[in-house]
Amino acid sequence: MTILTRGPEAVKLPVPAPAVKKRGRWLTITLFLLPALVLFLLLVVAPILVAVYSSAFRWNGFGGLPTNFIGFDNFTRLFGTEIFAQDLWHLLVLVLFSVCVQLPFSLAIAMLLNQRIRGRALYRVVFFAPYVLSEVITGVLFSLILSPGSGLANRMLSVFGIESEWLADPNTVMPSLFLVMTWKYFGFHMMIYLAGRQNIPNELIEAAQIDGASSWRTFRHITLPLLGPTIRISIFLSVIYTIQLFDLVWILTGGGPSHSSETMAVTMMEYGFKRSQVGYASAISVVMFVLSLVFALIYQRFVMRRDLAGATTNLGGRR
Amino acid sequence: MIHRKKAPARTSTLPMHAIAWVVGAFILIPVIYAFLGGFKANSELSSNPFGLPETWVTANYTDVLGSGSFWLQMWNSTFIAVATTVLTVALAALAGFIFARYAFRGRELLFTVFTAGLMFPFAVAILPIFVLLRTFGLLDNPLGVILTQAAFGLPLTIIILRGFFRSIPGEIEEAAIIDGCTPFGFFWRILLPMARPAMATVSVLAIVGSWNNFMLPLVVFSEEASWTLPLGIQQFQGQYASDTARILAYLVLAMVPALGFYALAERHLVGGLTAGATKG
Repeated sequence: MTILTRGPEAVKLPVPAPAVKKRGRWLTITLFLLPALVLFLLLVVAPILVAVYSSAFRWNGFGGLPTNFIGFDNFTRLFGTEIFAQDLWHLLVLVLFSVCVQLPFSLAIAMLLNQRIRGRALYRVVFFAPYVLSEVITGVLFSLILSPGSGLANRMLSVFGIESEWLADPNTVMPSLFLVMTWKYFGFHMMIYLAGRQNIPNELIEAAQIDGASSWRTFRHITLPLLGPTIRISIFLSVIYTIQLFDLVWILTGGGPSHSSETMAVTMMEYGFKRSQVGYASAISVVMFVLSLVFALIYQRFVMRRDLAGATTNLGGRR
Repeated sequence: MIHRKKAPARTSTLPMHAIAWVVGAFILIPVIYAFLGGFKANSELSSNPFGLPETWVTANYTDVLGSGSFWLQMWNSTFIAVATTVLTVALAALAGFIFARYAFRGRELLFTVFTAGLMFPFAVAILPIFVLLRTFGLLDNPLGVILTQAAFGLPLTIIILRGFFRSIPGEIEEAAIIDGCTPFGFFWRILLPMARPAMATVSVLAIVGSWNNFMLPLVVFSEEASWTLPLGIQQFQGQYASDTARILAYLVLAMVPALGFYALAERHLVGGLTAGATKG
């Protein structure tokens, strides 16, 4: 009896009435997506919108939403300041240094560690290790090493007759900061390049070598073009990171001496939290936001176009 | 052929090793300096910055290890990192499951909203987040940091998990449904166990991100009792500005968990970061 009655039901189960199935499906979609969506909208999307909104007000951050509307005054004030011009200049300098020095260096080391040399696994682990340490540990460590006078850097370089104030001298603070950034981040880019290199079939490179191409020509005409997507992504990450650079600068110099290493994020934190000019500070964060957005859109549209089938900016994305 | 290939390789590895050693020294010297420096007296630190200590002073390390604040910061950092990770991965797995296996109107738009989060600097949102957390009374509350970190961790986690969930064949899901599995049952009992490697990767990324976070705890936590390690280190440097050896000892001890974790989870960490970088 039981077997007979259960039989047809079991066959029916996988094809329930369409309406019920549809409602259940939407219920599942809603229940599964809702928690992530709520958290994301509340703590990522809404704050960015509030930052845009409050940038049009004079506001100390208290008493609900801002009310003292001043239009674009925060922006005109910001664009007229020396500090903001310096922030932009520092961003440009760091991006240029990163793209022209740090990334080629990372690429060279990645190519080196792609060779069959003994201990390369250990080298990789060691070179990547600083990336795992926090910016604060890195910053405090290097602020001690680069301290003027008897810091380790001056001690070691005194052999060559070099002595510097490093972070305390406006002329050397940016190169010093860049040095610390390279120490911390080149291993990350190296790992990206190594992963990219592993996606290139070795046959291609061997074929070129059999045809008699020198290792430089093989690199220049085979490896480098095929690494193109990887390199473009690492440049992208490096620029986006530099636009919001904060932790390292805050710890190493606080933006000083006399604003000579200040970044937009540092300026924003100064005004937002130390001087309670939240409206003005929001204007700075909006500039960071727009810079990132414009850069991301332009870069993905024109530079990474070929690399990104169905990725972030592709609204109609294919499966 | 084999012989010809081997001979030039052997002669040319020496310069390669030389370069690798120079880079290795550039990376390691600061860390070794800190490690040895922690065993020195301050007077020796300036006269003998890089050599072995003349007398090994252990007081710097033992003082830090004996201080309650160091362990409290360690606990706070651990608690926040674990809670952030659980929350991020749980929510992202649910959402990633839908994005990977359900076709519905507006899916790509929603997914783009999440992925766009990757491009936006966290710094942009910090002021409104501060105001928001203050409104909800979440300042000096670990929850304020945990929720915010989870929200900002969602985009990358969802992208990685969605990619992995997609790679699991649809036949398995059909079989499970025919056997009477509910969508959640399939997700919980079949998909998640199969996605263990991807889950490990995103968990490692979330842990490291939370452990090293500085900007958010800096504005959320003002009371010393809720400080995480990065805040503690910064404060310690200010407090013992002239006692360099003691700061070095503190730094080295603060490095230990991060480096130990790296040693354990190196493959997941590197794999996750490069995958995240190339997929983001």
